[in-house]
Amino acid sequence: MLRKLFSQHEMIILLIVIGLSVAIGLINPAFFTVGNAFQLARAATITGIFSMGVLIVLISGGIDVSFTGIAIFAMYTTVTILANNNYEGGMLLPFVMAAAMGLGLGLVNAFFIAVFRLPTLIVTLGTLSLFRGAMLFWVGSDYFNTIEMPPGMIAYARAQLFPYTMPNGGTTSLHPTIFILLVLAVLVWLVLRYTMLGRSIFAIGGDREAAERAGFNIMGTQVIIYAFVGLISGIGGMIVGALFRQANPFSIVGTELDVIAAAVLGGASLAGGRGSVIGTLLGVVLITIVNNSLVLMGVPSQWQRFVVGMLILLGTGLPLLRAKLAEWRRLRGGGAAEPAAAPVKAR
Amino acid sequence: MAEEFLRVNNISKHFAGVRALDNVSFVVNQGEIRCLVGENGSGKSTLIKVIAGVYPPTSGEVTINGQTYRSLRPITSIQEGIQVIYQDFSLFPNLTAAENIALNYQLERGKRFINWGEVRRIARDAIAQIDVDVDLNAIVGDLPVADRQLIAITRALLHDAKLIIMDEPTTALTQREVESLFRVIRGLRQKGISILFVSHKLSEVQSIADTIMVLRNGKKVADGLASEFDLVKLAYHMTGREIMETGYRYNPTAHGQNGNPPLLRVNNLSLPGRFEDVSFEVRSGEIVGVTGLLGSGRTDLALALFGVQPAISGETYVNGRRVHIGSIQDAMRHGIGYVPEDRLTEGLFLAQSIGRNVVVRIIDQTLGRAGLLSSRKMTEKIREWTKRLSIKTADVRNAVSSLSGGNQQRVVLAKWLAASPQILVMNGPTVGVDVGSKMELHELIKELAGQGIGILIMSDDLPELMNTCNRILLMREGRIVEEFQTTNITEEQLNLKLTEAVE
Repeated sequence: MLRKLFSQHEMIILLIVIGLSVAIGLINPAFFTVGNAFQLARAATITGIFSMGVLIVLISGGIDVSFTGIAIFAMYTTVTILANNNYEGGMLLPFVMAAAMGLGLGLVNAFFIAVFRLPTLIVTLGTLSLFRGAMLFWVGSDYFNTIEMPPGMIAYARAQLFPYTMPNGGTTSLHPTIFILLVLAVLVWLVLRYTMLGRSIFAIGGDREAAERAGFNIMGTQVIIYAFVGLISGIGGMIVGALFRQANPFSIVGTELDVIAAAVLGGASLAGGRGSVIGTLLGVVLITIVNNSLVLMGVPSQWQRFVVGMLILLGTGLPLLRAKLAEWRRLRGGGAAEPAAAPVKAR
Repeated sequence: MAEEFLRVNNISKHFAGVRALDNVSFVVNQGEIRCLVGENGSGKSTLIKVIAGVYPPTSGEVTINGQTYRSLRPITSIQEGIQVIYQDFSLFPNLTAAENIALNYQLERGKRFINWGEVRRIARDAIAQIDVDVDLNAIVGDLPVADRQLIAITRALLHDAKLIIMDEPTTALTQREVESLFRVIRGLRQKGISILFVSHKLSEVQSIADTIMVLRNGKKVADGLASEFDLVKLAYHMTGREIMETGYRYNPTAHGQNGNPPLLRVNNLSLPGRFEDVSFEVRSGEIVGVTGLLGSGRTDLALALFGVQPAISGETYVNGRRVHIGSIQDAMRHGIGYVPEDRLTEGLFLAQSIGRNVVVRIIDQTLGRAGLLSSRKMTEKIREWTKRLSIKTADVRNAVSSLSGGNQQRVVLAKWLAASPQILVMNGPTVGVDVGSKMELHELIKELAGQGIGILIMSDDLPELMNTCNRILLMREGRIVEEFQTTNITEEQLNLKLTEAVE
């Protein structure tokens, strides 16, 4: 029973996270400071929010690489409009605007994928360029630095949760955005586990034709999926703009792979039908640690991409490796190690 | 007297000039197990689809429960209690068995939220109806085929099925699993549920059916109680020809065998967990059969001989010389060919043309100048081999997926024969092949042996082994336990030996 618990994919990722943290911490105890933890939390929040959308798409058997394009479009356009109109209000309106734009762009994806049944990778590769290009062309390519940002957003960026004074005198804190991630994660978990919509996402990812025969509304479900991804990508983009206190139209796009890697590391299968919120969040933590903390180990930043690449290979190869290992063990041992749960038996 | 559930009246179905069904009429009573047999192209699938409402008939009508329909829709057929279990089962491999059973049911009732306790309860109650033991929490993709089939049946029952149509349900099952399935089917009959099943395996049809119906070329050619038919009669009705299979006589002197070493000899071959201490030999011109129940290791042995999953200890000798088969390349280099169990996934490139599939092993013989492929040489080779194996096709450029099972198997054979093997290992060579083609394939195999090739056939089709082999090896739990000369044993005795003393 314990063995089964430890062989779960999520458990393995958790162990890797713990192991890596301990390793880094031993080499450089600065890793275990509150300041570092808060910084990791900030970075992880953004990746985490995007990863919830990626997770749902992966489970449904598709892949969406356009979410960064949606994010930047929504954020930059919103900031441009608000800044040009000297907006003085709070964060609510920006979030709503970005979410609405994100939703709209997500529906564009949904149109091509659900109605025209085009392959998801091709469609989203196309819309990634499309959205970003349209933004640069129609909205502009001016860079908004901190002074030019709507004051409401700057105030939001300064919001603090659990402020903490560091040994060197500065203060650091968690940012309330982490709540958005938590609420989102819980929501996605509930939908996936306890609603027919969630199960139909798994069904479609498992066997699309069987899902059709069983009477699932594939088109409707896919529209909801991609619209939802668009919505949260819009919100995610807005968070990036707010937290970084700048609106750079050339940012965000290019970070897709880290988010997808996080989901895959967490157990989502590129073939569809598998994935979990916990696993994805753990994957996000792992990627964030790698991206932000290798420096503490003295690893040059050029090597970060290398390590992330290795992790992706490891993460996708892990289930296969485990199966091969189990079979090898059985062959050498000659005895009945795993009972009928393993699909490979004598024939 | 049993009540009538389904009546099919003078159904004809035309597809652009092709008569798939021609005036077919029959009745299925409540609680009846009816078998439908017929070769490929006889109209079996079309008939099922008409009953299921997928195809509207060109003429004729279908009466279900007293209600007559000239044109049925799938949803109506389902509502009337007709459930079809297709060969691929239509299950979700990434979900649990319980979910597969209950999900559809919930969906139909418009449920938006999942109550997992209810899902488990529904699944448990449903599976209790057929009284089998399947782990409901297992992921369906991890379950063996037989269990998946049971899940598919259970799901069908939840729809309040009154007639369950099964399309080739026993293709992927072993003997034991087939018996289990039949027990379930008989249990359903007790409850008044009718079963219509389509099968190639005539001996099974005989043992389970109450009544049998034979289709040939879209027409019904025979219909009666199972007791009125025997295998020979069934084969005759299906093909319109007399099918008489005789055994195989091995003549050692014909191949100058008396002085020569055997083509293949293995000594104490072992792969822990799969098979152990396997020793036997195959001489030129012999056809040796290997049979055994699930877990006996016969497929593992075949894979080891071909280098897919090599043995860990033991010796292998080809033509008297000691060889090491550690990979498929090794096996091929020593003249060993392998016709796999599952031709669709392991034997053919389905999307490629017939011609290409045939020459794929001998590509290097089709090279012209400068080492590039010569299409002239390729066409020559393709023509030679399609003729030698009588592969029936309109055009060798068609995708191999367009061929019938029997013809596909010929393509797999052609591919291997083109490379002139000395030893041919065949795993389930006529699985899913209809009776007429089966006989032809058997004759082909005997011809090959007559040319001096040593053949090893792994199969659980006892009539097939009795008809083609001169020797049969019986495996149990990874060991060869007995060897028979086919002239010294009958099929019944072999069957007994197969199933005895296993518990």
